Amino acid sequence: MAELKRTPLYDIHIALGAKMVPFAGYEMPVQYPLGVMKEHIQTRKLAGLFDVSHMGQVIIRPKSGNIIDAALALEKLIPIDIVGLKENRQRYGFFTTDSGGILDDLMIANQGDHLFMVVNAGCKENDINHLLKNLENDCIIETVTDRSLIALQGPFAEAALSTFSPDVAGMRFMDTIKANILGASIWVSRSGYTGEDGYEMSVPNESVVKLVNGLIALDGVEPIGLGARDSLRLEAGLCLYGHDIDTTTTPSESALTWAIQKVRRRDGERAGEFIGADYILDEIEKGVSRKRIGLRPSGRAPMREGIKIFSTDTAETSIGVITSGGYGPTVQHAISMGYINTEFSKIGSTVFAEIRGKRMEATVTALPFTPSNFKR
Amino acid sequence: MKFTEEHEWLLIEDDHVIVGITEHAAEALGDLVFVELPEVGIAVSKGDEIVVIESVKAASDITAPLDGEIIEVNTALTDKPELVNEDPLGAAWFFKMKLTDPSEMDNLMDEDAYKELIG
Repeated sequence: MAELKRTPLYDIHIALGAKMVPFAGYEMPVQYPLGVMKEHIQTRKLAGLFDVSHMGQVIIRPKSGNIIDAALALEKLIPIDIVGLKENRQRYGFFTTDSGGILDDLMIANQGDHLFMVVNAGCKENDINHLLKNLENDCIIETVTDRSLIALQGPFAEAALSTFSPDVAGMRFMDTIKANILGASIWVSRSGYTGEDGYEMSVPNESVVKLVNGLIALDGVEPIGLGARDSLRLEAGLCLYGHDIDTTTTPSESALTWAIQKVRRRDGERAGEFIGADYILDEIEKGVSRKRIGLRPSGRAPMREGIKIFSTDTAETSIGVITSGGYGPTVQHAISMGYINTEFSKIGSTVFAEIRGKRMEATVTALPFTPSNFKR
Repeated sequence: MKFTEEHEWLLIEDDHVIVGITEHAAEALGDLVFVELPEVGIAVSKGDEIVVIESVKAASDITAPLDGEIIEVNTALTDKPELVNEDPLGAAWFFKMKLTDPSEMDNLMDEDAYKELIG
């Protein structure tokens, strides 16, 4: 096994008493002494700071100098409206496969003369090869390695970050700016992966320790590990790549078609012309046989990834499977996400999941489990 | 108090023992969110998986530390699994059992030996 990589914040994690675990080739903090439960609640009530430097950061520059050319080229790989993405705005999207699956999900921002993309840690090498292979003629693809990525999430995030840069207070959800913070040029987006208001920041490696120390020194900001990041995103109904979505799940099945704007759909101005378009656009019109849904177990036992779903407590054939599950500290109950045959996907339906040989009742539930708290 | 390599503690009370998990185990497991207790009256053998516990991270089992019969379970844990993190050596005992052979307690670790085990 290859040696684990470390982010520029490794020493801070150790000094803060983090429990480090291997994640996507990196040694990452899964929790700090506060523990997953309290870190989760801290983020919902005040603010949490996350090191997400393991994620991939990529710059896509148009060879022509015209960003529309880069956007048009990228639209061949991503079925969202990138041409219409205004400067200093960001959108959620995903790379698709020939058979309509999802190769990775991502954030893409228009930074004026180039596009800036954040992709999943476990997929970043494949993603960059995918970009190089398909966009070589029109774009220069640069992997950003001299910047770390941190996220500040929670209702106190705006006040906390404003003490370093007043500019960030005026941003709305999915706005991006370049802010000068502690003498460094920081790429800030008002977004995140917790369902809370907050920011993600691409910070020069040489400045990130200073900024992180400054932020966690504030009353109301605590460092948060990957454990709470997972329970926060699950409550927020957000997909984790490799678990809730992958190359075998399509945008329609995974309930992500909201990300495909009208302009890219049939009869849209730039309909189709992306990898897997026939398949994906057909499904949007005709529907699919299974859907991603939320599940709330009736009992206390968490229904975790891989557990099968059945229509009754005796049915032999399963009708679905859990893809993420655990305990939601904010909802104070076990919660899960999974795929279920469309005929059973109606909100409020009762189904059964088999835990340790026992069929346990659960209710199909709307996502997210906790209301999102974005600054629109 | 005696200890097992499975990070359980046993305390003699009258003619039976009270069983729980150590602080070390509770901390390693993380915040508990679910506890499923055995039925009172069942006979158990050393090593039987008799309690299911789930933390925010994963599911695991607590095994019977010795042969015997379950005579009482701590139902408070079903509603408040977090007690295990708050007071693992006290309020968060899991079950009481009557040992088949009480002398087997002598083979378990004392506190010093357990401390050495966990370093």
